[in-house]
Amino acid sequence: MKLTRIAPLGALALAGALVLAGCASNETAGGTGTTPSGDSSAAALTGTINGIGSSAQGTAQQTWIAGIQTANPDLNINYDPQGSGAGRKSFISGAADFAGSDAALSDEELSGTFAPCADGTRAIDLPVYISPIAIAYNVEGLSDLKLDAATIAGIFSGKITKWNDPKITALNDGAPLPDAAITVVHRSDDSGTTQNFTEYLAANAKDVWTEPSGQTFPYQVGDAAKGTSGVAEATKNAKNSITYIDESGAAGLSIAQLKVGDAFVKISAEGAAAVVADSPLVSGREAGDLAININRTDTQANAWPLVLVSYVIACQQYQDAAKGALVSSYVQYIASDAAQQAAAQQAGSAPLSAELSAKVIAAAQSIK
Amino acid sequence: MTAATAGTRPARRKAKVRIGDRVFATTTIVAGSLILATLAAVAIFLVIQSIPALVAGAGELPNEAANFWQYVWPLVFGTVWAAFLALLFATPLSIGIALFITHYAPRRVSQTLGYIIDLLAAVPSVVFGLWGIATLAPFVQPFYQWLGDHLGWFPLFAPPVSGTGRTILTAAIVLAVMVIPIMTAICREVFLQAPRLHEEAALALGATRWEMVKMAVLPFARSGIVSAIMLGLGRALGETFAVAMVLSPAFLVKLAVLQPQNPNTIAANIALQFPEATGVSVNALVASGLVLFAVTLLVNILARWIIARRAAFSGANG
Repeated sequence: MKLTRIAPLGALALAGALVLAGCASNETAGGTGTTPSGDSSAAALTGTINGIGSSAQGTAQQTWIAGIQTANPDLNINYDPQGSGAGRKSFISGAADFAGSDAALSDEELSGTFAPCADGTRAIDLPVYISPIAIAYNVEGLSDLKLDAATIAGIFSGKITKWNDPKITALNDGAPLPDAAITVVHRSDDSGTTQNFTEYLAANAKDVWTEPSGQTFPYQVGDAAKGTSGVAEATKNAKNSITYIDESGAAGLSIAQLKVGDAFVKISAEGAAAVVADSPLVSGREAGDLAININRTDTQANAWPLVLVSYVIACQQYQDAAKGALVSSYVQYIASDAAQQAAAQQAGSAPLSAELSAKVIAAAQSIK
Repeated sequence: MTAATAGTRPARRKAKVRIGDRVFATTTIVAGSLILATLAAVAIFLVIQSIPALVAGAGELPNEAANFWQYVWPLVFGTVWAAFLALLFATPLSIGIALFITHYAPRRVSQTLGYIIDLLAAVPSVVFGLWGIATLAPFVQPFYQWLGDHLGWFPLFAPPVSGTGRTILTAAIVLAVMVIPIMTAICREVFLQAPRLHEEAALALGATRWEMVKMAVLPFARSGIVSAIMLGLGRALGETFAVAMVLSPAFLVKLAVLQPQNPNTIAANIALQFPEATGVSVNALVASGLVLFAVTLLVNILARWIIARRAAFSGANG
């Protein structure tokens, strides 16, 4: 009883402290960003920018922020991984200076106005984070499962329910497939991982995967769990389970090989980056907008088309030029080889190909 | 749980107004109105934000719902069902613990136990959620499997059994553990107030200890127990994070408690879907929050009503 009486007071005090701390850190913002003279690393950057968005990018953003802030001690970048939708909303309403998003801006969003951007200008999508999505499973004694899109669609739509189903055995000659029910685990929260997974299945196995793609898992099959870590935990704790998961979260689980074209491919960062490099840009966008139309049916050698591309969404031209200069420098840094390699190490992402990296840097330079 | 004061009032005398009195009175009035203002602000926010969802038609709402009520009904059901299951476990346990502490345990043990129960109330719900995922769910899954295999004909235990054990039953167990401290604390207070003379009289008439509890303590404490249940229910209805982490949700209404697809609760659904929600989906989530607000209000009114109805007999509430 006592506790419940004291708790609101404590919460109030904490909230007060946070509000005060928030004010304090905002005061340093000023708006005294110096314009980098051509080369982003020439002048030390000062000021504050805030980003909100994709949790998939969370670890990578932390890595990048640490990287750029080490070089520019007076620069203050905050990234809050609330989710892609929240990020886009905050950016549009002006609550964030840039958004991290697993989906590019929709045409509908682009037709509206963006509060942080200068009047009459639009926001642009810059791909900065590529991550392969793994089909991970936990079956005792089974180490190299091979699957194709139709079989995956069958499993995740509930049409294939046993591990020794003829459709699975046909792909895995001689593998020790148990006579057990498949425990499918999927995301319970809306997520970009689900979006990309369902896009892949809708593109490669239309006959089996009859639901449209989207952020919400469409079938009532198997167990649901919250977030990448929740899915990983559920899959590890259940017998004979299978899930789709960001590769960085699949530690401790076995990863299935995917049939791409006529060959079985192992998951690789290079394969994921190759598919993105091989994909066309979404047409009808501004010059600096690099929204990618991922080629889900890519069949080149070692390609891994089950891939998630996450964007930084920024203004083409900011109301506040100082902010624009900071965002421009930050995105240029993110797209650089060093930052991409650092993210690959910390977050398990696939570095951008040299060509795409150059395009992103060029687009970032145009941010004012 | 203060005892009702029913003393006679002293004759009226003109009191001197002191500054301290004034300050204190103003403070209490401000505090009292502030809580009303806050509640009103929350209610207004919920109503305004809900309107677009309430008028939204088919195709706009999440989960392919044709209208808002179709969207919210499985959530309301899941919320009430999970809370009901939780209370099913928590009520007998809390009463048992409270009775043990007040009437059975040696004094030193009862004090220690009391502290431990209070400590349980201080554990954050995220920790309960983690415990539910990492320990409880894998632990109970084999039992669920057994129940499904052998008692599958019983509608509650109908197969297919979840492979991960993250069913509504597991969520209810976690919720039960979370509401036990508050329910135990209230029951303990009420049991302690049972008139000593009644208890001793019962014992003197040759009642065993259990008979004494049955005759002298429980009837006296009934309304206190009801209010404990209602407070526990309030907490179970609103619990968000532990459920969001433990439960494997789907969009449906069903009573079976061992299956992989379970009805979600309102609070957990908001926590899960809000970060990625856009447009009308956001309004739908806020509107479901309004429904939860209404459900909780109903529960509170019900609790008040029961206590008021029983107040005449017991005198152990306030």
